Amino acid sequence: MGYPHVPHQKETPVLTKHFGEAEARSLDGWKKRGGYRALEKALGMAPADIVNVIKDSGLRGRGGAGFPTGMKWSFMKPGDGKPHYLCCNADESEPGTFKDREIMRWTPHSLVEGCAIGSYAIGAETCYIYVRGEFTEPLEHMNAAVKEAYAAGILGKNAMGTGKRVDVHVHKGAGAYICGEETALMNSLEGRRGNPRIKPPFPAVSGVFGMPTTINNVETLAAAAPILINGADWYKKMCLSNPKSTGTKLYSVCGNIAKPGTYEVVMGFPFKEFLYDLCGGPLPGRKFKAIIPGGASVPIQTMEEAEATIMDYEGFVAGGSMLGSGGVIVIDDQQSMVGVIARLARFFAHESCAQCTQCREGTAWATKIMERIRDGEGTMEDLDTLLEISENMTGKTICVLSDSCATPIVSGIQKFRSEFEALIHGKKFHPVMAAVA
Amino acid sequence: MAETKMVSLTIEGRAVSVPEGTTILEAAKQVGVLIPHYCYHPGLPVAGVCRMCLVEVEKAPKLAPSCATTVADGQVVHVHSDKSLDARKGVLEMLLINHPLDCPICDQSGECELQDYTFQEGRNDSRYREPKRFNPSEDFGGDIVYVPNRCILCTRCVRFMDDVAHDTVLNVSERGDRAVIGKFEGKDLTNVWAGNVVDLCPVGALLSKDFLNKARAWELDRAASICPNCTQGCNVMIETRENQVVRMRPRPNEEVNAFFMCDYGRLNYRWMNERQRAETPLVKMNGKLVAADWDVAVPAAAKLLTGNRAHIVASPMLSNESLYLLTQLIDTSKGAGVFRVAEGEEVPLPGVEDLALRRDRAANVYGAEMLGFKKTNDVFAGAGKGDVLVVVGEDFDGLDASSISNAGDVILIGPAMPNWIAEKAAVVLPTTNFAEEEGTVTNLRGRVQRFSQAKAAPGLSRPTWLVLGDLLGAIGKQSQFFLPSDVFGKLASSREEFAGLSYDKLGFKGLPVLNAKAGAA
Repeated sequence: MGYPHVPHQKETPVLTKHFGEAEARSLDGWKKRGGYRALEKALGMAPADIVNVIKDSGLRGRGGAGFPTGMKWSFMKPGDGKPHYLCCNADESEPGTFKDREIMRWTPHSLVEGCAIGSYAIGAETCYIYVRGEFTEPLEHMNAAVKEAYAAGILGKNAMGTGKRVDVHVHKGAGAYICGEETALMNSLEGRRGNPRIKPPFPAVSGVFGMPTTINNVETLAAAAPILINGADWYKKMCLSNPKSTGTKLYSVCGNIAKPGTYEVVMGFPFKEFLYDLCGGPLPGRKFKAIIPGGASVPIQTMEEAEATIMDYEGFVAGGSMLGSGGVIVIDDQQSMVGVIARLARFFAHESCAQCTQCREGTAWATKIMERIRDGEGTMEDLDTLLEISENMTGKTICVLSDSCATPIVSGIQKFRSEFEALIHGKKFHPVMAAVA
Repeated sequence: MAETKMVSLTIEGRAVSVPEGTTILEAAKQVGVLIPHYCYHPGLPVAGVCRMCLVEVEKAPKLAPSCATTVADGQVVHVHSDKSLDARKGVLEMLLINHPLDCPICDQSGECELQDYTFQEGRNDSRYREPKRFNPSEDFGGDIVYVPNRCILCTRCVRFMDDVAHDTVLNVSERGDRAVIGKFEGKDLTNVWAGNVVDLCPVGALLSKDFLNKARAWELDRAASICPNCTQGCNVMIETRENQVVRMRPRPNEEVNAFFMCDYGRLNYRWMNERQRAETPLVKMNGKLVAADWDVAVPAAAKLLTGNRAHIVASPMLSNESLYLLTQLIDTSKGAGVFRVAEGEEVPLPGVEDLALRRDRAANVYGAEMLGFKKTNDVFAGAGKGDVLVVVGEDFDGLDASSISNAGDVILIGPAMPNWIAEKAAVVLPTTNFAEEEGTVTNLRGRVQRFSQAKAAPGLSRPTWLVLGDLLGAIGKQSQFFLPSDVFGKLASSREEFAGLSYDKLGFKGLPVLNAKAGAA
């Protein structure tokens, strides 16, 4: 959906508040909207106090894993004589996810401010914003914002006149899904091939350039500013269900739905209401069939599961999936599940970094089988083979790309087995026939 | 040195105690458990990518890559549990889906880790029904050809070139199952250390052009030896087929060459198969060399030496044993011993301390010097009128008749016999070459290392040490040796640098002589 975009009344715009206002992109416009007050406040605080505020707020990583941000920040031990780094993961390439893109497109200064706060809080030498290579427009806005911030003395040796040094750099990726994996991102940032590294050592011990590093998602860092301004309690109170999930979350909704776009709701919002009310429900004459709620790598939900889901970290797990990146992919009855899953598998096969055997070979093998089934050439043994390959691809590799490829296949076969079997038994998927049935 | 903390754990029910920081894979080796692996190699940085070495560690949520997981106190590791076996079976199946399974025509067959582990614990069938990926073979330059279809992307070759040879030639190109080992534009595997990638490759993806299609692995006989082509003394295996040397490969020795050897040494083995040589003892009668028995030829040589000064030209390829016996001949005849050595450019391997292709291109330069032989460019210059010229093991490269025009009687002991010297020689005693006899050589750091016989010599050739022992006996010295170890025993008892050393103590890793020169400067 284009902008200007009037938020739905049930949304809670915090980060999306100024989406659609072109003026907010400039420093003046951003300042007019209260920008950089949080940074000013932060620079007046002790770093440890900032970390505590973030801890108290209950903010958790918005990139997919949901790790408590305050705790992550507290892993950085200042004074060990090493340079520390903050990385902002703006390599948003999870299929179906485009929330970070919108943040960078409309409010680049909110991210610069969040990065500056984070850098100061963890005592980072420098913050690197790693922007996905394909994000040409957001990159332009980010570069302009950082330039403006330096020119205005907000960043630099004497940040906001406090005598404290805060540096933020924008780095353009070269376009690889895997560089969104934190250690692959670090390799890429260092100029190496974007291959995930073996953990341990974790980034907090040895990250960028082998130095202690914290890496956060765009949305996570952008949330730091409103939390500092409004206080941890304000953020913590934005919670409709499980107290472990607080604040607001951006969801980018796409697929077969009436109003695709980026939405911001409070943690614990009912998914059914979100889909049918905020997003306008299915397209005319169609029915929802399945939902992939957190980007391509989370398990597929049936509509029964989705409609009973509460939108927070725990709620999506209870609903048979994961919150992931908040990239909601809606699949309706006009789509062949096998086709959708085959396409997802192809994506992962294409993006595998080729390090681990199971991922390099497994993703490609699974894709070939999926496409064969899709084309009506499958056998029943293929389903067992797929499940076994998926088992071999799960939990055995350096990063989770291969798990991500296996996830939709396994959940697809488990939840939509009849579609697979129909194709295997010679019934080609026909959208019109499917709609009638 | 700070005391290293020891960590105790159990691997496959066997208790083991290893220094902190050791990996599970290395700890397992110490209790005799080989955890199957491909990408791990002790001489390279850990990559952890093949996922073959996954083992079950009790209380750990996931299987652990044992090459990248360090030991912890009280760990209980299961290498052959169902869970780990299933995981490895899965890896093997995946490695084989695009593999051409062309073992019958693959050079690696018989010494292939993919073959071995598949036999050991892989599936006996494949569930792969799709067309296999195909990529054409590629000439990587130097001695190396790349067969991508067999490649398992373990990246050992890439890591060797990057982190050991410090010459970034190779990379992983492309992603997913399209990935292959690539060569950076304009670069070739011409580095003098590049041949090691063939040894490192666990499958038949990187092959030596020199060895291509020469032999099946199971047809080869192998002898532990020392590379005789420079003074580094890299430990090697000389591999022969039907009494012909077809390949030399490095033999690990942390003290000398780690796991590597250079291509100069590796490919310089053809002289070991040389057939243009002396095969029968010869004695000059009525101005002509005629074939003679050993028990005629040796006394004939002894007769020439009696009462005359001997000028001895020894080859720096000779063993310590032969050189030692020659020193006795020098002592008896109040003579002198000299040698010459071919020289070349020194090329270090940056990733390994004190390992280089050395300037002096012979095995025992240090041993010869230690035993009193003088290095000179003109080896025949010191031969006075009336001196007996004894030439032992010399290859005569670059020499001709003019160089010995002043010499008196010439005794030729060695495998090589150019026509021009045959005219001058009074006695010819044919001996075996480096690959055909047993002995020890001393490398440039003073390390004494044994080499064993890799092939049989042609004709009536005898080992140099045996011939020299007999010759000494014939001129009246107390000398009777049945084995090279006997000669070495005598050497050890009479030269203080070798005191306390014996073949048994040397083993096949060698030991330094007393007051050996320090390692890397």
